[in-house]
Amino acid sequence: MSAAFHVFEYNLWSYRRIWRGTLFSTFLSPILFLAAMGIGLGAFVDRSGASALGGVSYAAFLAPGLLAGQAMQTAGFESTYPIMGALIWDRTYHGMLATPITVPSIVFGQLAWLAVRLSLVAAAFFLVMVAFGLVVSPLGVLSIPIAVLTGLAFGAPIMAFSATQRNDQGFAALFRFGLTPMFLFSGTFFPIDQLPGKLQLVAELLPLHHGVALARHLCLGDEASMVEQVAHLGVLSAYVAIGATAALYTFRRALVK
Amino acid sequence: MSVPQPSLIQARALTKRFGEFIAVDAIDFDVAPGESFGFLGPNGAGKTSTMRMIGCVSPVSSGSLTVLGMDPRVDPARIKARIGVAPQQDSLDMELTVRENLVIYGRYFDLSRREAGRRADELLEFVQLSDRAKSQVEPLSGGMKRRLTIARSLINEPSLLLLDEPTTGLDPQARHLLWDRLYRLKQRGVTLVLTTHYMDEAEQLCDRLVVMDKAKIVAEGSPRELIERYSTREVLELRFPSEIMDTLDGQLDGLANRVERLPDRVLLYADDGEAAAVAVHERGLRPEATLVRRSTLEDVFLRLTGRTLID
Repeated sequence: MSAAFHVFEYNLWSYRRIWRGTLFSTFLSPILFLAAMGIGLGAFVDRSGASALGGVSYAAFLAPGLLAGQAMQTAGFESTYPIMGALIWDRTYHGMLATPITVPSIVFGQLAWLAVRLSLVAAAFFLVMVAFGLVVSPLGVLSIPIAVLTGLAFGAPIMAFSATQRNDQGFAALFRFGLTPMFLFSGTFFPIDQLPGKLQLVAELLPLHHGVALARHLCLGDEASMVEQVAHLGVLSAYVAIGATAALYTFRRALVK
Repeated sequence: MSVPQPSLIQARALTKRFGEFIAVDAIDFDVAPGESFGFLGPNGAGKTSTMRMIGCVSPVSSGSLTVLGMDPRVDPARIKARIGVAPQQDSLDMELTVRENLVIYGRYFDLSRREAGRRADELLEFVQLSDRAKSQVEPLSGGMKRRLTIARSLINEPSLLLLDEPTTGLDPQARHLLWDRLYRLKQRGVTLVLTTHYMDEAEQLCDRLVVMDKAKIVAEGSPRELIERYSTREVLELRFPSEIMDTLDGQLDGLANRVERLPDRVLLYADDGEAAAVAVHERGLRPEATLVRRSTLEDVFLRLTGRTLID
């Protein structure tokens, strides 16, 4: 347990060097997105009547979706290049394994670190949402842990994938053909019932839709059945659990020879 | 009456396989406490695989291995807590400063921050990097990085230090500085186990060594013993113009205990090199260059395997 904490600590130390730079993007990204898509595009959408979105403005509809999407993007970045760096470029993990630190401590330490990074990003995003007046329900604050869970649902399996790669070429494909389409078609910008039936099913199988739906329910305080919410949580948790199990396997394969 | 010292490392029929490939083939060896023990051999001989098994980062395929009286299969974390490892490839943290590299490594051993910091300062002094404590790792020279790696491997005050090719790629000055530091560690009672393909390094640092070739141990002893057993006191090196090299067959017979033909020179193994050189001249042979030198482990290796250490 303490070994996993030291892996976390290593990440924290590395982060101390760059935190100022990330702080800027952490706040800037939600401001830009909400200003352009929420206010700019939203003005057009709202002109056609607010009833389509259940009586809320487009910006308020969009913001929780962007929050979950931002968590996904953050997890995607944090679980690709830094993992490859520690595994192959700098061999940091090899150095760790010469000490009492074990492969599971590395995996769980990384996941714990990712959770903290996601919390920071999600909290910043949420503050911007509050500043824009886009959080309707006080329960909306719970969308922060939901965003963290959504990020982990991506981070754990992506980490597992990263440990199977020998170079970073696969990552560009992951972003281009995996995360970006998911960001666009998982209910972030429009409800998934607008999608053709089969695509709707695909969106429901992927994690982002569930994070978006939960965060939206919480922020807008709209009616959602308990069963539905538990199902969303269940899907996200399953991705985390399967991803972490896979990461234990792929990290061991990459590190123990 | 002396009590027999238990071995710090004991290997019996130790084997490492990667699929069909056998990297280490049923080797036996013992390392005594306080000893400085070397694995000498060319690249691919199985030295690094052996070191990685001792360091508990590579599972033993078959045979037995005990390190500090424990089995790496059962107690890897307890063994790792008491050994230091300086791997062949540096794994320093480029994101952190020189001193932070040591402190975070101390944290991996569960040292308190204060204690890790204290040891870090001491070790920076020891490897002469105190003035670089706050600098980034990236701009350090190869020798400095290697010294930092060795300082890092000492942060847990190990009783056993594993050094995989500690000076490969360093310039002579950097190597001598490193050898001096390793010698001081040995004097403090740290057991050193190192691999090298430099015979001068093995001669400088090792009390005892094994010569490895093609996954097996082919000889074992102190550098002096090995030279006495497998070579002569002196070696006469002759260089001839290449057209003469081809016509030498038989002409050097009887001049030395053994004659070794290399692509670029001929080695005559004799206890008296000067006398052999005179005899060569008496046969009317006129080499371009003549050198009499003492036998080294390189000659031992050549004798045992028919190949030079570094091709």
